[in-house]
Amino acid sequence: MTLKTVLHAKHIEAGAKLVDFHGWEMPIRYGSQIEEHQVVREKAGMFDVSHMTVVDVKGAQAQAFLQKLLANDVAKLTVKGKALYSGMLNEHGGVIDDLIVYYFSETDYRLVVNSATREKDLAWLNKVAADFDVNLTEREELAMIAVQGPEAISIVGSLLTEAQKQAVAGMKPFFGVQADDLFIATTGYTGEAGYEILLANEQAADFWQKLLDAGVAPCGLGARDTLRLEAGMNLYGQDMDENVSPLAANMGWTIAWQPEERDFIGRQALTEYKNNQTEKLVGLVMLDKGVLRAGSKIRCEAGEGIITSGTFSPTLGHSIAFARVPVATGEEVEVEMRKKWVTVKVVKPAFVRNGKSLLN
Amino acid sequence: MSKILPELKYTDSHEWVRDEGNGIVTIGISDHAQDLLGDLVHVDLPDVGAGFTAGDEIAVVESVKAASDVYAPIAGEVVEVNEELEDSPELVNTDPYNDGWLFKLKVEDEGELDSLLDAEGYEQALDDE
Repeated sequence: MTLKTVLHAKHIEAGAKLVDFHGWEMPIRYGSQIEEHQVVREKAGMFDVSHMTVVDVKGAQAQAFLQKLLANDVAKLTVKGKALYSGMLNEHGGVIDDLIVYYFSETDYRLVVNSATREKDLAWLNKVAADFDVNLTEREELAMIAVQGPEAISIVGSLLTEAQKQAVAGMKPFFGVQADDLFIATTGYTGEAGYEILLANEQAADFWQKLLDAGVAPCGLGARDTLRLEAGMNLYGQDMDENVSPLAANMGWTIAWQPEERDFIGRQALTEYKNNQTEKLVGLVMLDKGVLRAGSKIRCEAGEGIITSGTFSPTLGHSIAFARVPVATGEEVEVEMRKKWVTVKVVKPAFVRNGKSLLN
Repeated sequence: MSKILPELKYTDSHEWVRDEGNGIVTIGISDHAQDLLGDLVHVDLPDVGAGFTAGDEIAVVESVKAASDVYAPIAGEVVEVNEELEDSPELVNTDPYNDGWLFKLKVEDEGELDSLLDAEGYEQALDDE
């Protein structure tokens, strides 16, 4: 069965090249993937992310449930609308999924999880929720459009009502607010400013058209992947999964070790791994011709590793990658490329932010 | 629908061949091939003077999505390569049959040209994919 978002007809209308993305027929690109990438870095682009799964968590024990469920601690959230990025771990300390949780009150939260992992996520959420006084509601009636780029906020602003403009005025990064019929969040997956907007399915095509008319370029999953990789953001299933510790996936910053008595799922396994960590996620930069690709083997004095995500960086003009390597890995590694070994530089796993290179 | 020029010859592996006369042919990849690959970011071209037989790996076109070998459609010696592609690999995307040409061969046996697909045959091959 092929799933289609409510914006499917708009994609066809725009001449999108469609691909199967974990059961969803989604646009990979409309024209040139590199141009779509650049428009997000320089102006404003939009992505249909309606395939993502939204789950509202409400109830007297909503906070306690999420403190058990997530490696990050929702108790850090005290300002209405504030969002938090977290891994959801299994008992072995592997990553079931990564997600964003929005806080409205200690009895009212919203989760946005990946589409590729929807079934197992929902099963896990329900299993853990059984021990808590909490209600989970999947919001399938909502579509989601990400509008990203340096001009995204001002262009979206031109389409908002006075009340909506007031609701988002001065909103800091990583917040979300229900503004009349739109849920508008300052989150994204590109390293640029912008919004992720949730709205009713029946409104989505009309809003998408208004954005098009206002000059926002439709962008596909191809550009979304190169943008997130430049921005140093992980992709679930590639950079981490159930067999990878968040500590080996550059997600150490998302683990709340304090307070020590908070017994989140996976904590014990994670603590054991932390005391004997074998791998870490690094960035790779290759200035020579060629493109680093996921799955390529790595070797260095410290041992062997693997590229988890690799691409050509349109912003930097050369190839970049994430690689999982031994913790003792130094400043250079060798990558197997088309049957020969090429030396590449090791850097922190983030390359571009707000249109600017993070490399020295 | 991808563009197929009637005056060219083609291969199953999506190279096109233009007969320039005097035993010289120009070779590139088809519109269908560039569309499958998406935006090209590098093109590795052969050395001028190098000889190849039909089916040899002769060049590499690499896009954001994938690297793909280009095969010599017929035997010959490389007499010229498209140096514009060094800085502008996107020419293969924007104009695969003209500005996006890859290299020229001095053909060993012009009779080999007859073994290639004509436009109709290539269109049929695409339909069968």
